[in-house]
Amino acid sequence: MAFEILEPGLATTVQDRGRFGYYNVGIPQSGAMDELSAEMANALAGNTPAEAVLECTYMGPRFRTDMDAVIAVTGAPVDVKVNGRVRAQWSRLELAAGDEVSFGILQGGTRFYIGVRGGIDVPVVLGSRSTYGLGGIGGFAGRPLRAGDLVPVGGGAGALGGQEPRQEIDDGLRPRFEKEISVRVMPGLYDHRLTEQGMETLLGATWTLTPVADRTGLRYSGPEMEWRPRQQPFGAGSDPSNIVDAGYAVGSIQIPGGKEPIVLHRDAVSGGGYAMVATVISADMDLLARSAPGTRTRFRPVGMEEALAARHERRALLAQLWGTGT
Amino acid sequence: MTTAAAGPGARYTWGGDEFLFVEIDEAMSLAANFRSNAMASLLAADHVDGVSDICPANASLLIRFDPDVLPPGDLEARVRRIEEAVARTAHPTLETRVVEVPVWYNDPYTNETAARFRANHQRPEGTDLEFAAAENGLSSVDEFIQRHHGSPWLVSMVGFVAGLPFMFQIVPQEQQLEVPKYLSPRTDTPALTVGHGGCFACIYSVRGAGGYQMFGIAAAPIFDPAQSLPDFKDFMVFFRPGDIVKFRPVDEAGYRQIQGEVEAGTFRYRQAPVQFDLERALDDPAGYNREILERLNGV
Repeated sequence: MAFEILEPGLATTVQDRGRFGYYNVGIPQSGAMDELSAEMANALAGNTPAEAVLECTYMGPRFRTDMDAVIAVTGAPVDVKVNGRVRAQWSRLELAAGDEVSFGILQGGTRFYIGVRGGIDVPVVLGSRSTYGLGGIGGFAGRPLRAGDLVPVGGGAGALGGQEPRQEIDDGLRPRFEKEISVRVMPGLYDHRLTEQGMETLLGATWTLTPVADRTGLRYSGPEMEWRPRQQPFGAGSDPSNIVDAGYAVGSIQIPGGKEPIVLHRDAVSGGGYAMVATVISADMDLLARSAPGTRTRFRPVGMEEALAARHERRALLAQLWGTGT
Repeated sequence: MTTAAAGPGARYTWGGDEFLFVEIDEAMSLAANFRSNAMASLLAADHVDGVSDICPANASLLIRFDPDVLPPGDLEARVRRIEEAVARTAHPTLETRVVEVPVWYNDPYTNETAARFRANHQRPEGTDLEFAAAENGLSSVDEFIQRHHGSPWLVSMVGFVAGLPFMFQIVPQEQQLEVPKYLSPRTDTPALTVGHGGCFACIYSVRGAGGYQMFGIAAAPIFDPAQSLPDFKDFMVFFRPGDIVKFRPVDEAGYRQIQGEVEAGTFRYRQAPVQFDLERALDDPAGYNREILERLNGV
């Protein structure tokens, strides 16, 4: 039971909901960047939210299945082809053994997801099947897929038991892949190190996502920001954007040298010596994952209460997806 | 040195809705690091529902939590109580271990890499070691290397990437080796490079980008995802915050011999348990360091 990879795509990795509890030794959570799209792929395939999926970046793979399979493709808009014929995204697709799946050119966004009934069945490492490429652990041999790989698919009948999975995701539930987004952030951490004007610039300017954006972090271009001058504390390094190396919150925004803010994402480096000045709230991390380079982005400040309300709203959406009351 | 206190109360701030950040001190010191580790240990021992990651760093502490399980205010109150308990500790000690790490200083691998990235460096000619010696007012590379392995280092933080230890030398501040980072980071650093940035040493656990000066190469792995060596039987990451590291210089022959042991799957780090006493370390670093290193004798 496997997918034979004929062409690997640009950066196709196995991801699930992530690996928690090892950030203190520098191993990040990993997991699907766009969690909602990944969960929708699982829901369509008839899995639980926990099964591993394939995350495809910019350019998808071409693969052949050696068994009958149920798959679904969600996330960034792309043509899905089975044996060369275009099939629907956001819907359940039945494959016969020998069928070949390929993809067209991405029409927006950055990542799309392939869910398969039974899940991608690579070994669980430290509690997760997610790929952490820098550390070479998890996923398929700890790395993005290559041509010739035989990616194992779980033999389970589908975790929903006899329950019939969703046929498709309603248009109203699907995430949008837009060229202009507003991302909610909580100012904090070392925000007192920026000048008042610097902070106003961060929260007032429209930022453009650069091509320097991957699973570790996303870099934005825009105006420069000023740090408050100070006598640097011992061990902090000489630039005013430097601090004594500290743990980095996932989603935190750092501004090395006062230009080109970087937002850390799910493969975050766990620490370093740049002051963080705000953090993207958990409910909006998917928005960043969907952004394509060039996306115009504003960072809107919110407090903890609004962040928690957004979190609950997101949970309600997931409950609707899974048809559960939780 | 009257108390182990690292200044007044810590600073609490949120990293979004899932992270609590506690800055113990703006400046690096043994005392601040000790406090961060002590708070992390106490919080871990509580096994709090809703806390998924407890990350002690050099002079701060980062905690990841699930606000659906543990309301942010409850977590902050709990950590503040722990901070007070740690501040009340009259005689802070740490149950840890001292580990000997063999290093081939001035090796061809890091020197070759340094030569490739000279455009990123403050000093276009020479090596990182020559630059570091001059920066610290030392007359020779040999003297710098002697200072580097002469006194032990405390692992003050593990992270950046999987299993990378940051280390702070257990010497008075005026004897700390300080070297600026590269002007702009390299895109390549050999795995196991012994690096240095600011007052911190590190060992790169995996090959990749890096901005620290490069002084040598450690002879044995510190991150072993396959868990093939006995030291990694329980966990793929070797270092833990609070470990004490003694670098031992080896030459090429010594390096090759250890590489052979690694390939044969027989290599083990020389190590011994030790109770680290902060006040004694601050009062008499030289004498106390000798005492710690004696624990390695006969191991």
